[in-house]
Amino acid sequence: MSSASVQDGHVAADTTSGPLRPRPIRFISPAALNLHRVYEQNRQRLQKKDGAKVPDPTAPQTKGRPRLLLMGQRRSGKSSISSVVFHKLPPSETLFLESTARIQKDSLNSFMEFQVWDFPGQIDIFDNPNFTFDMDAIFGEIGALIWVIDAQDDYLEAVARLNATILHLHRSYPHINIEVFIHKVDGLSDDYRLDIQRDVTIRIQDELSDQGVENAPVNFHLTSIYNHSIFEAFSKVIQKLIPRLGQLEAMLTNLCRTCRFEKAYLFDVNTKIYIATDNTPEDMASYEICSDYVDVIIDFTEVYGSWPRSDQWRERLEAEPWAQPLEDQVACEWAESGMVLADARRPIMLREVDRFLALVAIMKEGSYDKMPQINMNVDVVVKGLIEFFEITKPKEVVGTPQGGVVSPGLVQG
Amino acid sequence: MASCVTDVLDTVATADDSFDPIAASAAQAQLKKVKKQKVLLMGKSGSGKSSMRSIIFSNYLARDTRRLGATIDIDLSHVKFLGNLTLNLWDCGGQEAFMENYLSQQRAHVFSNVGVLIYVFDIESRDVERDLATYVNIISALVQYSREAKIFVLIHKMDLIQPMTREDVFEHRAVLVRRKTSEAVAIVHKQTPSAINATSATSTLPDSAPNLQLFATSIWDQSLYKAWASIIHDLVPNLSVIETQLASLGLAIDADEILLFERTSFLVVSKWTSREGERNPYGDRFERMSNILKSWKHTCSKYTGTPRNAEQFSDFEYKMGTTFSMFATKFTTNTYILVCMPPGEARFNSAKLNVAAARPWFKFLDGPVVPAQTAVAAVVGTPES
Repeated sequence: MSSASVQDGHVAADTTSGPLRPRPIRFISPAALNLHRVYEQNRQRLQKKDGAKVPDPTAPQTKGRPRLLLMGQRRSGKSSISSVVFHKLPPSETLFLESTARIQKDSLNSFMEFQVWDFPGQIDIFDNPNFTFDMDAIFGEIGALIWVIDAQDDYLEAVARLNATILHLHRSYPHINIEVFIHKVDGLSDDYRLDIQRDVTIRIQDELSDQGVENAPVNFHLTSIYNHSIFEAFSKVIQKLIPRLGQLEAMLTNLCRTCRFEKAYLFDVNTKIYIATDNTPEDMASYEICSDYVDVIIDFTEVYGSWPRSDQWRERLEAEPWAQPLEDQVACEWAESGMVLADARRPIMLREVDRFLALVAIMKEGSYDKMPQINMNVDVVVKGLIEFFEITKPKEVVGTPQGGVVSPGLVQG
Repeated sequence: MASCVTDVLDTVATADDSFDPIAASAAQAQLKKVKKQKVLLMGKSGSGKSSMRSIIFSNYLARDTRRLGATIDIDLSHVKFLGNLTLNLWDCGGQEAFMENYLSQQRAHVFSNVGVLIYVFDIESRDVERDLATYVNIISALVQYSREAKIFVLIHKMDLIQPMTREDVFEHRAVLVRRKTSEAVAIVHKQTPSAINATSATSTLPDSAPNLQLFATSIWDQSLYKAWASIIHDLVPNLSVIETQLASLGLAIDADEILLFERTSFLVVSKWTSREGERNPYGDRFERMSNILKSWKHTCSKYTGTPRNAEQFSDFEYKMGTTFSMFATKFTTNTYILVCMPPGEARFNSAKLNVAAARPWFKFLDGPVVPAQTAVAAVVGTPES
């Protein structure tokens, strides 16, 4: 049976979903395990290489990719953040992460290509007696500097170092966005979180204005890896790096108005960061449910869609009563999905835009009956989105990521 | 496209004819009574008995179980599972004083008429010898009063073991528990030789290797659902009827896989897989589905502000291009059905209609009612109208 499937040309359509691997039954999902192992391997390999030496900044593959730098005190949670957001490590497993000894570079293939650099907390790059860092190589192509502060710890030293960093950077790279993640707030009460945020904000602004730096581009986010706040914060950071975000938002707003959606998000499927939404007010609850919906779809796809079907299966389906190739039997070649919530019969819909992006929207109650009409509208918007990314994408970047929606952000050495 | 739909409906009709006689005879024989099952949940204090009970039957999230206190004495609960099965769940507090009490004063009360014993071991426990000693005592008492009872041993909190070594640690512990169990059973039999002599020599063999199943579990992943699905799988009455009917439905609508879930716990009650579906490399997919849908339910309840146990979604559909389509929908009052099938719009829509039409076949899941012959006959008629 398998030999027949190799000879036949039809398999090409299925091979995108990866080879069939018989795996042992484990008590965590094999994919997660595999992901974890690959990730650890890469991590160790990267750590062995001298990561403190930054790569040749002119190397072609790093050119033109926005770079996110994760910095902060040691044990503030930088590696945990990058593992959870970019490698789908379950938050509970971050306890097992080793301390980062070298600069950890991940690159992320998505609708845009990102590099995420995770700095070890114990190294002060501005004042290191043993090693001089090439500032241009580090900050030259930067998209954003993310500074992580542990809210459950004494943060005075972290704030002082952040201030020093901002002052250093302000002279030579005044346009760098500085995003402060006040992290590990899950254990704190709402009031206390706001108190900390206010305190940190005041300390930084006072210090900066004492030094004569006004209006530095510093933003604050309250985050935790145990809920969606870290993804939302990353969403905001990344949205600032997207060229012509306004255009995207206008498209979504338009769609929401025509189809009477309550809220629409454009998700990066791998990381569940949303890269655009319509202009109705921000609403954490709807982000959470949409992002969890993406999760559900990814999980279903992994279980039922990631293994190739046999040829007989396909032949049978294309045989007499249907007498059409499978491609013609389906309405849409990408994933589309809908779910009706029992409460007020409010539907949620999802539509894949391309390999990386998916449109998720919450619809108004009772609009499930108009699904066909809505699908047509969504089709138009999806085409628009594809064109949009055609235009804004740097032309020479041809990513070759494997796998469908389930493919994790690849780690490159 | 119209011709395709009628074609599928024809298949429903033919499949219908073939299954009728089986269903009629089997159903009438068994469907009349609500079945009650006594389930004992035991293990050392703090091993996680109440936590897993809350997750499975009360829709707690794993992290919510932190606020559970110690169970005092026995916490009795009646869980209605499907229409014709009630689980009498005896959640037995595991502190030593209670344990001694169960084994002495309450011995007959606790251990008689037991359908299932679920014994929970904490993998992180420091005093393994002592845990096993208590376990042996419990097993002896169980064999003494309900020798037919099934034993499920859950090696719990496996998430605390590094992923790479989990399998070895579990295997090691499993061997230990199996040995202790057979020893305990053998000792009981030696003490009561009359009982052994009374039963024939052949029946002593299965007794000395009792009806024991081991699972490695953790509340933080789907392993818990695997264990509990096997536990309830054996308890569900009319299982064979459900299975034959699922199979005929599956063949009729040309599905790759059908899963039937219980409404609140989202445990897989029954499943059917086509030959193509068997090639799915994910052997743990059933418990994963439970886990996925259950955590999705939780997200919904957070979003809509409705209680955790309330019904959260009524319809779900997902078409993944030319790879597969699936839908999940509320099926009978007590169940949800999930169908995974080949792609194709026409196929998908007629399958949805046919599943809706097949509901009367499964009405018996909702209560101890004998399905009327007329209900089955109606299936053929409805979709055409």
